[in-house]
Amino acid sequence: MDAIMEGPKNNIISVLTDPEGRTLGTTFDLPQDAGPKELHALVNAVLQNEETIPYAFYVEDRELLEPLGSHLLKHKVSVEQVLRIVCQPQAVFRIRPVTRCSATISGHTEAILSVAFSPDSKQLASGSGDTSVRFWDINTQTPLQTEVVHKNWVLCLAWSPDGKYLVTGSKDGEIILWDPSSCKPVGPALKGHKKWITALVWEPAHLETPCRRFASSSKDGDVRIWDAVLRKTVTILTGHTLAVTCVKWGGDGLIYSSSQDCTIKVWETSQGKLVRELKGHGHWVNTLALSTEYVLRTGPFDHTEKTFKSAEEMKQAALARYKAAKRDSPERLVSGSDDFTMILWEPAVGKHAKARMTGHQQLVNHVYFSPDGRWVASGSFDKSVKLWDGFTGNFIATFRGHVGPVYQISWSADSRLLLSGSKDSTMKIWEIRTLKLKEDLPGHADEVFTVDWSPDGRKVASGGKDRQLKLWMS
Amino acid sequence: MEYNPPLLDISKDPAQDGLAGDNYVSRASYAGDNYVPGEHRDVRYVHASDLPGAKPQGDHIELHRKRYGYRPDYFEKKRKKDAREVHKRAAFAQKALGIKGKMFAKKRYQEKATMKKTLAMHSERSNRHKVDDQVEEGAIPAYLLDREQTARAKVLSNTIKQKRKEKAGKWDVPLPKVRPIAEDEMFRVVKSGKRKSKQWKRLVTKVTFVGPGFTRKPPKYERFIRPMALRFTKAHVTHPELKCTFNLEIIGVKKNPNGPMYTSMGVITRGSIIEVNVSELGLVTPAGKVVWGKYAQVTNNPENDGCINAVLLV
Repeated sequence: MDAIMEGPKNNIISVLTDPEGRTLGTTFDLPQDAGPKELHALVNAVLQNEETIPYAFYVEDRELLEPLGSHLLKHKVSVEQVLRIVCQPQAVFRIRPVTRCSATISGHTEAILSVAFSPDSKQLASGSGDTSVRFWDINTQTPLQTEVVHKNWVLCLAWSPDGKYLVTGSKDGEIILWDPSSCKPVGPALKGHKKWITALVWEPAHLETPCRRFASSSKDGDVRIWDAVLRKTVTILTGHTLAVTCVKWGGDGLIYSSSQDCTIKVWETSQGKLVRELKGHGHWVNTLALSTEYVLRTGPFDHTEKTFKSAEEMKQAALARYKAAKRDSPERLVSGSDDFTMILWEPAVGKHAKARMTGHQQLVNHVYFSPDGRWVASGSFDKSVKLWDGFTGNFIATFRGHVGPVYQISWSADSRLLLSGSKDSTMKIWEIRTLKLKEDLPGHADEVFTVDWSPDGRKVASGGKDRQLKLWMS
Repeated sequence: MEYNPPLLDISKDPAQDGLAGDNYVSRASYAGDNYVPGEHRDVRYVHASDLPGAKPQGDHIELHRKRYGYRPDYFEKKRKKDAREVHKRAAFAQKALGIKGKMFAKKRYQEKATMKKTLAMHSERSNRHKVDDQVEEGAIPAYLLDREQTARAKVLSNTIKQKRKEKAGKWDVPLPKVRPIAEDEMFRVVKSGKRKSKQWKRLVTKVTFVGPGFTRKPPKYERFIRPMALRFTKAHVTHPELKCTFNLEIIGVKKNPNGPMYTSMGVITRGSIIEVNVSELGLVTPAGKVVWGKYAQVTNNPENDGCINAVLLV
């Protein structure tokens, strides 16, 4: 180790690898004062990228923030072997953290239960306990339209990835389709479920555009696939014995459903057959997260404000984004449960758990993959948010600061910031690079039930028990 | 005039307490077999059928029927009479004038109303009803349904009124007035010295709170003795809105109504304001700061109960 500091210019033999482990280029003799900037230029040159993409460098799972020599000395890394430096591409755009509440809009007469931005970030919809669905104008920060069509609490909201439909589910099992351009419901309610709707999810845009099919899960134990154009149930996926808590539509066409009967079932959508059953949890499975979830939700839209002229163009754009997010590894699924643990699965490959993520001291309420799939964040009722590695499931850090159970979490589109909303009426923004609290967003008078970060990263919307919808800006 | 009903003595025979009406029959006197002539009995409570010889007016008809049977056309006559009854009733209803008519009409209306109700009740069985689910209060998101959550303390509201009160220094406390405690009740004289004639030491007889860094003065010089048995660190604090009680640590004694000397000594009596550590309640101010200390007022006499009960001042 001392040999490094003795000579004037001792070089370190190193090899650059990508996150999956493949080497980029050959072994390099790097000077010991090479820092992240020099490596960044090197990687871009080696990969011959047209536009320089920012990278984050990791030596043995620790981020490289200072010149190589001092980093190795500090962390006592051996130089006997060839040094492996993992290069993680980061998002090109950078999102500014939101700092202030730009608007508090009242309107709902009961607690706000769900809030969602459209995939192109142009519209905002919220559902509440007063059975109304409200559309909000983001630019003027005022209410746009209020519709009372549901007969009971509006529990779930989901925008179609192409932005053409909004679907809402309520406590009496009814589903209503909306046309966002006119803010009016499309036809009467879709009835079928016998108990309340727990989750709604659309088919990914790269599989079919314009978006037609969506799936809904309910307390009665069924998952139904609906066709928005035909306005009826296409397939019913029965099998769960207790309530289905969450449903996700994967990019390869498989549907994943988690239930209170401690299992996760994997279904194929053409015939509605059960492909696999993932067993491993000891108590209710509350939530699911897919590694490509953010990309599937936003469809063809990304941080550039592009408009698409045809459905075919949208499909191609969505497919390109999906391929970039997925790369070559199979889709990963993380499930959070009441037994205080989470499990990382690769459902397309096998039915055995890849990693078990323990550490929480209370039930895990919400798990969410970062948009680039590198991290998984989990919010739990033990007042903490934990960050895990998205590929291996290793624990990285805990974010402590909330004084009440953490209800929902949301990522910024560049995967650098994490937002958490809690029962203690505050929201907190955590920075991934420094693993510390970035911003504290107090202001709600009561519990915060739902948070959403717009896909373009400009605004955050939050709603809760105090019936006010708050819009936050930087 | 307030009516005080007399208290009932359960041991006595209810018939003899003078509260029963004239029609009440004492149990022992029911069967005529038990009657013994000459036995002392209150005449008011004897059933008429027990008196020898005398019979009520209806009974002789029954007796005659038992002995001789019915008239041959009795049942037919009865049936026809009952059939005509309906017409007679209707004629009366239409012809009756004046107060008689009004009284009959009122009675008839009541009869009809009760009949309609019973008919409706009987037809409920085959009726079909529209199921109308009421929208319940207290909407919660999907991930909280199926979970029983305990009600939690609402976030502090910093309303304008509260700000004004804070400025004025007046607080709305649950116990505005308490009994004043005299010095000789608070302190007990402790005699010291070789001849036990010096009487300058005092022993505090009420519950006290001393902070965590408390060290006694040298025993020779300390004037006020605070016994360790009467020192408490925790209080049972009730949240007035949630109606649940927490065991919270005391941070300090803010004010004792009996005087500033007792406040500085840390004496806790009924009505004194103490500051408690509320970090476990998870309260957050609108500005986002976590509240860790709040005031509470003591509601019991801790020296009698052995514990400090207080109500949180929200």
